[in-house]
Amino acid sequence: MILLQVMVGGLLLGAVYALFASGLTLIWGMMNFINFAHGEFVMLGMYVALAVTWVHGGPEAFGPAAMVALFLLGVLVYLSLIRHVMRGPMLSQILSTFGLALLLRYSAFAYFKSDFRTLPDSWLAGTIDIGGIYVGKPQLVAGLIAGLLALGMHVLLTRTALGSRLLAVAEDRSAAMLMGIRPDRMQALAWGLSAASAGIAGALLANVYPFSPEVGQTFALTAFVVVALGGFGSVPGAVIAGLAIGVVEALAAYRLGPIYKDVVVYGLFVAILWVRPQGLLGKL
Amino acid sequence: MKTVHILGAALLAAALATGPALAEDVKIGAVYPLSGNAANAGKSTLDAVNLAVELVNGSYPELAALPSVGKGGLSNLGGAKIQLLSADHQGKPDEGQSQTLRLITQEHVVAMIGAYHSNVSFTATAVSERQGIPFVVGDSVAKNITSRGFKWLVRVTPVASDFAKNYMEYLADMKKAGHKVDTVAVVNENTDYGTSVGGTVVEQAKSHGFEVVAQIPYSANSTDVSAQVLQLKEKNPDCVIFITYTADAILYMKTLKNLNYQPPMIIGDDAGFADPSFLPAVGDIAQGVMNRSAWAVGKPGSVTARINELFKAKTGRELDDTSARSMQAMLVLADAINRAGSTAPDKIMAALRATDLKADQIIMGYRGVKFDEIGENALAATYLVQLQGKDYIAVWPTVTALAPLQWPMKGWK
Repeated sequence: MILLQVMVGGLLLGAVYALFASGLTLIWGMMNFINFAHGEFVMLGMYVALAVTWVHGGPEAFGPAAMVALFLLGVLVYLSLIRHVMRGPMLSQILSTFGLALLLRYSAFAYFKSDFRTLPDSWLAGTIDIGGIYVGKPQLVAGLIAGLLALGMHVLLTRTALGSRLLAVAEDRSAAMLMGIRPDRMQALAWGLSAASAGIAGALLANVYPFSPEVGQTFALTAFVVVALGGFGSVPGAVIAGLAIGVVEALAAYRLGPIYKDVVVYGLFVAILWVRPQGLLGKL
Repeated sequence: MKTVHILGAALLAAALATGPALAEDVKIGAVYPLSGNAANAGKSTLDAVNLAVELVNGSYPELAALPSVGKGGLSNLGGAKIQLLSADHQGKPDEGQSQTLRLITQEHVVAMIGAYHSNVSFTATAVSERQGIPFVVGDSVAKNITSRGFKWLVRVTPVASDFAKNYMEYLADMKKAGHKVDTVAVVNENTDYGTSVGGTVVEQAKSHGFEVVAQIPYSANSTDVSAQVLQLKEKNPDCVIFITYTADAILYMKTLKNLNYQPPMIIGDDAGFADPSFLPAVGDIAQGVMNRSAWAVGKPGSVTARINELFKAKTGRELDDTSARSMQAMLVLADAINRAGSTAPDKIMAALRATDLKADQIIMGYRGVKFDEIGENALAATYLVQLQGKDYIAVWPTVTALAPLQWPMKGWK
């Protein structure tokens, strides 16, 4: 019974990993660009949720508010920074988002201070008892929304005209331009979507996890591991990898002890990449 | 043009030579985590240390019970003021090392204070030892800091063995009073702090005849602690002792509630459970949690109440145990420099070693401050407090108790 409880907990956590990793993998798939500020987008999503509680908004408003705010930030970041450094050498591309991460983190420090914050209790607090298995309501809602959004993003990319345009730009920028697609708009949209998914993930996580401006770092590493394991650029891959890492972490922490969970997770990670360097669902 | 310069310099030199002899500031270095996962505790601690400096530099006749305080500077050094130079070690041992080296070699501080994290105090004190600069540890409790036979190090706070013993004596008391206390579980974060305290607690538990049903080390940066809580639930101990930092302490309380597991008693070992963020976040579900503290605000009009007032006026927060212990360390250091009557590091160190403060000359609930041969405060002590309502209240030992102890803890029920 306890084992089942452990696995349920792992799956719910994994779903949130999947959500913020799918945003990261989207940027990679679209532009071959690694965004080191992704963890900071998650952090900002958490603070948006906090800001919503200041104006007495309930948890139903956390996700939408974070989505809108981070979407705009993502577009802004693309237009003001990324578009320009894309023309520069690889190294400055990498360092630019690293700089952005520090800028966002320390701006958050300046404005929100270093205190750990938690959101006040709401209807989303508490647990549901499903036949002896306790499922935290915030985790359950977060897991379901995360699953739906990751699915939505996959459908958007593979089944809609907009998705085709996004992928066309990723495939061949000049050819896409000849087809009448404006690559800047598409890529700005990709950044917006990516940041928005990170923002929602943050808003959901804020219900369960105490946060400070440093929190982005904690999640960023997991996001990169999920993306690499799932295959760079593959949203379904990120979902599978996110869930797998969530469950493996939970089982390892329970069976072997929490200090060994990273050993198990990263051991598996290296082993899988050894056999499949492109990741579970990635293309070579 | 050149002559003007020389003339100016000569005039300046003359002015300096004949002007009133101004005592030079005494520079002291402070390393604390001002960013990173303990930034909040680090900033609060630095605020308290800064307040200690203000108390020494300013005029506070109402605090005359504390030596070298409130006399407008260090009287034996011609009223010299203390100047505190702070640096951020981000919770990283290597950063603590390089910042300490920078403060000593470039800023020329004559003494150091720090460093919150035990593993940072461990590396930072190695630097001050090599450089021959006194280091006063105010808050870090891991055993290995003082077990290296260092000459330039004193520690004012009670250490792991002191309060591990307190916890077990308290549990033994509870058992005598008829409560069922046979088994304990220890959950500790896995750096120097948690490992050292956790190990000592396990040792003491065994020697007091309690069965340790689980010892669970984990990383304080964990995003999820359900597995640990489920392990506890399975073992069902009579008391769980948590040795944690801040985010993890909050996460544990929330996860305990979510998984509907409430042990009869929880002891939180200060740090995370004393962080200013802990009570607003989970205070209402952590009712009855025990904690250690050597700081008590005391009656209105007392020295400690006045200090709490001053701290609150400056920061808007009540002074907490961790910050107060560091503040005490700064006061001990200031007094030693004053008694040394000199800023030479060896004279300061000798004066530190000769420190002999009585219980009524300090702000903490220690029996006094007097260092043994390895620099440990032989008179350090602590008492146990319990979260009742919005505050931790002294409940054990009974002689210093301000309220009756509740067993089992109420938690969220």
